Amino acid sequence: MSAPVRTRTTEETAVTTTLPEAPAAAPALGTGGTAPLVRRRGAGVTRWAAPLAVFAGLIGLWYAITYLVLEPSKRFLMPPPQDVLAAFTDGPTMERIGEALAQTVKVTFTGLAIAIVLGMAWAVLMSQAKVAERSLFPYAVALQCIPILALVPLIAFWFGYGFPARVIVCVLIALFPIVSNTLFGLQSVDRGMHELFDLHGASRTTRLLKLQLPAAMPAIFAGFRISAGLSVVGAIVGDVFFKQGQAGLGIVLDNFRNRIQGAELFATILVAAALGFAVFALFGWLGRLAVGRWYDQSRDAA
Amino acid sequence: MSAPAPSVPAAGTGTRVLRFRDVAKAFPDGTVALEGVDLDVHRGEFVTVVGPSGCGKSTLLRIASGLSPATSGTAEMDAARIGYVFQDATLLPWRTVLKNVQLLAELHGMSKTATNQAARDALELVGLKGHERKLPRALSGGMRMRASLARSLTLDPDLFLFDEPFGALDEITRERLNDELIRLFHAKGFGALFITHSVSEAVYLSTKVLVMSGRPGHIVDTFEVPFGADRTPELRFTPEFAALSGQVSHALRAGHS
Repeated sequence: MSAPVRTRTTEETAVTTTLPEAPAAAPALGTGGTAPLVRRRGAGVTRWAAPLAVFAGLIGLWYAITYLVLEPSKRFLMPPPQDVLAAFTDGPTMERIGEALAQTVKVTFTGLAIAIVLGMAWAVLMSQAKVAERSLFPYAVALQCIPILALVPLIAFWFGYGFPARVIVCVLIALFPIVSNTLFGLQSVDRGMHELFDLHGASRTTRLLKLQLPAAMPAIFAGFRISAGLSVVGAIVGDVFFKQGQAGLGIVLDNFRNRIQGAELFATILVAAALGFAVFALFGWLGRLAVGRWYDQSRDAA
Repeated sequence: MSAPAPSVPAAGTGTRVLRFRDVAKAFPDGTVALEGVDLDVHRGEFVTVVGPSGCGKSTLLRIASGLSPATSGTAEMDAARIGYVFQDATLLPWRTVLKNVQLLAELHGMSKTATNQAARDALELVGLKGHERKLPRALSGGMRMRASLARSLTLDPDLFLFDEPFGALDEITRERLNDELIRLFHAKGFGALFITHSVSEAVYLSTKVLVMSGRPGHIVDTFEVPFGADRTPELRFTPEFAALSGQVSHALRAGHS
């Protein structure tokens, strides 16, 4: 989902970083044959200037909406950036957000851990026989197609409004990418490698452990990364809906909205976004740690 | 390295490790890949099948190894362990060279010490000593093929099947590996069935060359190769080599048309 964006950034970084080291390559890269030195210096500046300009533009737009579009009486809808920053320095607010964050992190990681175990087991089972795949894959697809929000009332109905219900929402939302990526990885092993294992009488288990699972690791980690982001979404959605028990970020967001505390609401949104980003980055890093040694992630399409 | 060695059985005198009688193979789509193939491979014999692309040479090896059954006829393999070197090296990219070479011994349930010893010996034999900890991605095509060879060598196979193993390599690497293979063959005395479309490679390596025709593939001619164990690259430029290559080439063209 967000992966194509990621891939592009990696390529861009790769190109820009090779430029200063390899002047000979500059014309080949399409910068033209003229004055490669000047071009290279220019590329170095644009590398930072362009993203900074976009960022400054967005902040400017924010100010414009706050002060030029909104009447003073409606300014709470979009408090200016300095008010949002001020919310971060307010002790009681931060304490609330901090506690909520801890709760959301707990739900996210519990849900994600369960989704990983269930999803991988599900995929391994499907990889073992065509009939298993035919009977079990439709449910994985169903899981992806049913809007989880539609199931949330049912989950509350069955499991109450507490921690377990929130974790279940997380699991349901995070499960599919793990199932599909693991299955894809297990099935995409080169035929020649399978024949090598056939020739030497490898058992199913040996083949799974020594060939299929290691080969599937890059795809599996790509799945984890997507699911990690989704798991944060699940934790917050569950929270917003259930509204009871220990407050997570969802409840806090909802409270600030109710009380028309715009700045605090924005601050909480930023914290939630940071959590999503951190979890995504964590799994990207774990993936590189696990397979980066042998797998070139710039080819990563999943 | 240089001392070729222990008592090598003369060609054709070792125990028979592979026997094909009237083997045919038809695929479900109706294509007849092989028809009436007879061949024998003994220990100490290096048999090469040369033929045009798509004549069913690879199918021959798949039947010999048991990867694919023959449609009719008998194909008997009488080897405790076989080595199969594929067109590409099929190394597991996440394993180091040493771990890759240990794979087959692991699959055959050899003890840890035996596996380790066999792998180190094999790596030394193929000249990859010192590259144990590298990953396949860090190796050249030729080195990957050496690793692949070493992997099969750990089993000390009676029958070695080669499916155009050097087809993707440059000529110099290919010739060097040919020499290594001759040396290994004389040191170990296995029986070999080698597939290639290169006439000179076939003549250079083999004790016997079988010429295969195009579809449906069958053996059209057999040549005994008179050269001994002491083959050197210069052999390729001798009149005897040229004459034999010419005959094989001629048979190949006759069978192909």
